[in-house]
Amino acid sequence: MTGDDWLDAAKADAQRRQLPALEPLLEALAKATRQLRAAEWNLNAASRPTHDADPPDDAPTT
Amino acid sequence: MAAAIESGEVSVREVVETALHRIETLDVGLNAFTLVMHNSARVAAAHADTEIAAGRYRGPLHGIPISIKDLIDVAGVPTTAASQVTDRSPAGADAPVVARLKDAGAILIGKCNLHEFAFGTTGEDSAFGPTRHPLDANRSPGGSSSGSAVSVATGMATASVGTDTGGSIRIPAAACGLVGLKPTFGELPGDGIVPLGPSLDHVGPLTRCVADARLMFTAMGGASLSAGSGQTTPLTRRLGCPRPYFFDQLDDGVRATFEQALERLTDDAWTVSTSPIRHARDTATVCLHLLLPEAAAVHASSLDRHGATYTQGVRLRLEMGRYVLAEDYARAQRGRAVLTQTVDDALGDHDALVLPSLAIPAPRLGADTVEIAGRSVSVRNVTLRLTQLFNATGHPAMSIPCGLTTGGLPVGLQLVGRRSHTAQLLDVAEACEQSLFLQQPT
Repeated sequence: MTGDDWLDAAKADAQRRQLPALEPLLEALAKATRQLRAAEWNLNAASRPTHDADPPDDAPTT
Repeated sequence: MAAAIESGEVSVREVVETALHRIETLDVGLNAFTLVMHNSARVAAAHADTEIAAGRYRGPLHGIPISIKDLIDVAGVPTTAASQVTDRSPAGADAPVVARLKDAGAILIGKCNLHEFAFGTTGEDSAFGPTRHPLDANRSPGGSSSGSAVSVATGMATASVGTDTGGSIRIPAAACGLVGLKPTFGELPGDGIVPLGPSLDHVGPLTRCVADARLMFTAMGGASLSAGSGQTTPLTRRLGCPRPYFFDQLDDGVRATFEQALERLTDDAWTVSTSPIRHARDTATVCLHLLLPEAAAVHASSLDRHGATYTQGVRLRLEMGRYVLAEDYARAQRGRAVLTQTVDDALGDHDALVLPSLAIPAPRLGADTVEIAGRSVSVRNVTLRLTQLFNATGHPAMSIPCGLTTGGLPVGLQLVGRRSHTAQLLDVAEACEQSLFLQQPT
């Protein structure tokens, strides 16, 4: 599943479950997931460059 | 205090009554306690006095009033997790860490407020209302072990037991000028404690000094508190400082106070050299993809049945975890392994890593963002920034006080040790504490 497909499905499910406040959080999670998948230590991301920047400030953390 | 109790100079009853009086006087404004255990504490105090008078002194925790984060089971009273979601039936047994502290003679004075289910860094989202900072009622004492920190900082308890999944012992310890210890992962038993992220959860003490943290840690581990439990290993007095990433977002006051603390260490024959942690910039995203799905799994049935009963912020974070894909959780596990190795590498031949514990002073209650170097940053993100890596990697880490900002708010210095060498980390912390030689701010 691509990141975009995942985000569309997640937002639709949040709407269906009457949790619209989740949408911005899911968008932020999607950004963080893209960063995770792009990390240079990921086995499937060997061709991706190392990122130097911090996660965006609106990205959720634990 | 322990010596006075052992000698009979002061009775346990007097010590406990003093603590109860402080709670009665102070906690109306601070809201650190969810339950004050007046009756059982008085019964335990009388029993302790009888034992001590009969020559059965158990050791330096005998008769010492301690508080327990209300996420941890104490037999006979409810474990609320500061949530309306939990039922209010009493726990059937003590959590092992509590039972061991009781065996060491500690007196349970009460259970402490927290951020609901420990899923937050301020203590604001609680069924009991927010805990307030003892130096400024408009500020948070940090969380999630907010009440534990305030209880110790104000003398309502001599020590407390907290939990730490992303920094929840070290953050409030730093914000309140205390010592907070997160041991190596798995070193202390988590049974009888409401989980948040089972692969990230740690339990540990909050105290006013490192020696007390050592006593608490030793007792919670079930070991004897016999004499000679002090420094265990020779130190090289070499510290590694992982500046890249960790120093990129620091409040100016925190930075100045921390740098002054490093100068005091170097003045006392410590060597501090830069020791970067590779891939540290991936910390937040790795931790996010570990904790969210684990927390969602823990709370899945409750979310389905009582979703609207959670505080809104906690509910939304838990719900987010239901959308993390298994493949991304697996990627985060790979990231955890990489980060664990990079922390080991950064430790090298240093006694410990040294960095600030909390990038900002105690945040204002109700603030979602804070300004650092002209940039608005999320309070939640920035409070976790310096601590959560060591939850993912399992390295022991602790915060000790290192001074005050010019605004008079405490700043914490974090030390990180080798996995399974928490006792050595305590040695380093005690030596650093002596070098810093600070008055406690409260």
